[in-house]
Amino acid sequence: MLTQEERAAISEGCDSSPSARAAAPHALGAVQASRGWISDESLSDIAEFLHMTPAELDSIATFYNRIYRSPVGRHVILLCDSVSCWIMDYEYLLNHLLTKLGISGFGETTKDGMFTLLPSACLGACDHAPAMMVDRELFGDLTRQSIDTIIDQYRIKDGDRRTAQSPLATGRKEQ
Amino acid sequence: MTTTVVLIRDTDSGGADRTRDVHDLFTQKVRDAGLQNEVQVVRAADLGIYNKGMVAKILPQGIVYAGIADADVDDIVTTTLAQKMPVSRLVYCGANEQVRIVMRNCGIVNPECIEDYIARKGYQGIKRALYDLTPEKAIEELKTSGLRGRGGAGYPTWLKWSLARNAFGDRKFVICNGDEGDPGAYMDRSVLEGDPHSVIEGMMIAAYCIGATKGFLYIRAEYPLAIKRVQKALDDAYGTGLLGKDILGTSFCLDLEVRLGAGAFVCGEETALIASVEGKRGTPRPRPPYPSDVGLFGKPTVINNVETFANVSYILLNGAKTFASIGTDKSKGTKVFALTGKIRNSGLVEIPMGTPLRVIIEDIGGGVASGKKILAVQTGGPSGGVIPEQHFDTPVSYEHLLELGSFMGSGGMIVMDEDDCLVDIAKFYLGFCVDESCGKCAPCRIGGFQMLKVLEKITDGKGMPEDLDTLKRIAQAMRKASLCALGQGAPNPIISTMKYFAEEYRQHIVDRKCRAGKCTRLMRFEILDTSCKRCKLCVVNCPVHCIAGDREKGYRIDQEKCIKCGRCFEVCKFEAVARS
Repeated sequence: MLTQEERAAISEGCDSSPSARAAAPHALGAVQASRGWISDESLSDIAEFLHMTPAELDSIATFYNRIYRSPVGRHVILLCDSVSCWIMDYEYLLNHLLTKLGISGFGETTKDGMFTLLPSACLGACDHAPAMMVDRELFGDLTRQSIDTIIDQYRIKDGDRRTAQSPLATGRKEQ
Repeated sequence: MTTTVVLIRDTDSGGADRTRDVHDLFTQKVRDAGLQNEVQVVRAADLGIYNKGMVAKILPQGIVYAGIADADVDDIVTTTLAQKMPVSRLVYCGANEQVRIVMRNCGIVNPECIEDYIARKGYQGIKRALYDLTPEKAIEELKTSGLRGRGGAGYPTWLKWSLARNAFGDRKFVICNGDEGDPGAYMDRSVLEGDPHSVIEGMMIAAYCIGATKGFLYIRAEYPLAIKRVQKALDDAYGTGLLGKDILGTSFCLDLEVRLGAGAFVCGEETALIASVEGKRGTPRPRPPYPSDVGLFGKPTVINNVETFANVSYILLNGAKTFASIGTDKSKGTKVFALTGKIRNSGLVEIPMGTPLRVIIEDIGGGVASGKKILAVQTGGPSGGVIPEQHFDTPVSYEHLLELGSFMGSGGMIVMDEDDCLVDIAKFYLGFCVDESCGKCAPCRIGGFQMLKVLEKITDGKGMPEDLDTLKRIAQAMRKASLCALGQGAPNPIISTMKYFAEEYRQHIVDRKCRAGKCTRLMRFEILDTSCKRCKLCVVNCPVHCIAGDREKGYRIDQEKCIKCGRCFEVCKFEAVARS
């Protein structure tokens, strides 16, 4: 079932569109923002709300790279694999990042469910290649050291938050 | 009330970007001095200054400080911000051979402040159009200016608008294409982040000219800061009555809205982008009919690039003649290029059309960072081609680049030195197009895949001389029969590298050698017994366990089993693995 907030967020997008289905990508984005990813269940809920079949909506959901149809970690890391970053040897950093996260390739999530690593075609930070984006933060001029610092900082920040707001953490588990 | 704005940016292209750290430090010092209500510290996208260390620009005074060390921040806060006195030892004054039209306000105005833009004669262009010009006259003005679309193809903007104006439709739309997906280009991001109002003003002028009442700014989800600033700019414009109903006391009404991309490169193609805004899969459709006749929701639509709209507001403000005086016969005005790759000063440059490539690369860009020999420059992203060093005196314009088998594209300019393998580069670009192909039309979907297979064969050392003919034949089919520019342009990097660097292809196919050492499958790895310290790091890291031996006799690579992954070469700390 879609929550009240999710319905409101979707309707906001419908207002300016001539038909409900024109809001499909917006609706997927809105639900993903609250749930992290689009499960089959979420998909049929949204489809019902927009008067579409789940298959129609799925054809849209699977077309766009930034709509996740499988679970992702709490933070999504987009590592730029585009030309400027490639020329500046991002592949060398990729190996390091994989080891640091303890995963074996793009598309995987760390064991603790903290990070998912995905490739991205150009983050528009070519003058600071190689670059990556964690959630909405952009990091450029990456080196092995800076990658370590960034990942560690996220781990520390998240660790703090979980201890500070433990009721939320337990609430999440119950869901 | 904020009265002073500090724009900061780390302009050194090498090493870590310190902008964020210095921003935090600056904010802290400003707070310590109790100035947080008067001073706003903003991270800038581009200040037009390169390789001068940490640069800060203080507005409204316009003071520029360069090479700022952490210790200098205190001085700047206490002297300049508190007492309004300059710190003379840090002041920077430099020469600038660039001409700034599109980026006229980037790094000068605070992008989150509409008053700043208005103070720089912002929204005077739309005022002039509304009060002094009819829509026809405004289109005429654009015709005189000679502005052509900056998205890549260079279609005359006035013609597009005039077609949409004359098309029949009860509603019309204007769309700004900010789905900047071209690898290696990021000028749209900088304009949206640095001067969003100039784009909004350009869209208003377009809407007035064609009679649209609704518009969309389609921006990639990968640009969160751009989205935030454009949204803020739209809110401010609504707040001051520049958008909405009865704009500037006339009957002109316009609503603008941000639409987010969701990570699909092909959505930068106009018909695919329209499909995406309509909420469908972002796949292109055959043209004609062109969007100016049948566009968004079947209505006449003008769709232009971010840079084009930023030019429009300039033209209406300063007059078509001023704009047309810059550039060449057929390509007017300026173009922003994103200079990246192995260049010393990477960053955005805005130059008049017709400037020779050499000036951009050597004078502005400062040549190759490593000091090695420059090999070629790639323009136009994955639909463009490479231009070898002997053609660097060619002026940059739509026509001249086409003649060389390249393409203006959105303005990415990637510099390659002798460490780069052109066959590998061509393979990389093609791989990108194959990944991003939407799969709707067969020439792009199948042709791209087959070409990639052939190129992989060549870089794996299994190429045959006749493969080159196969590549040419498939390229021909893709160019002629693909639905959109993605498929039509995908073979360009291969065809242009085959044209200018035939020798590299020959080496890969006949000699089975890669000059640059990038195609590892053509390499041979060996352990140099004299340098080897017997640390066994390579043995542990070899994925196929093909390194055997012991501490006494040393280690050897079994060439039969070796998959040439290069892992041993990477991990060896003593340079004891030789690559040839």
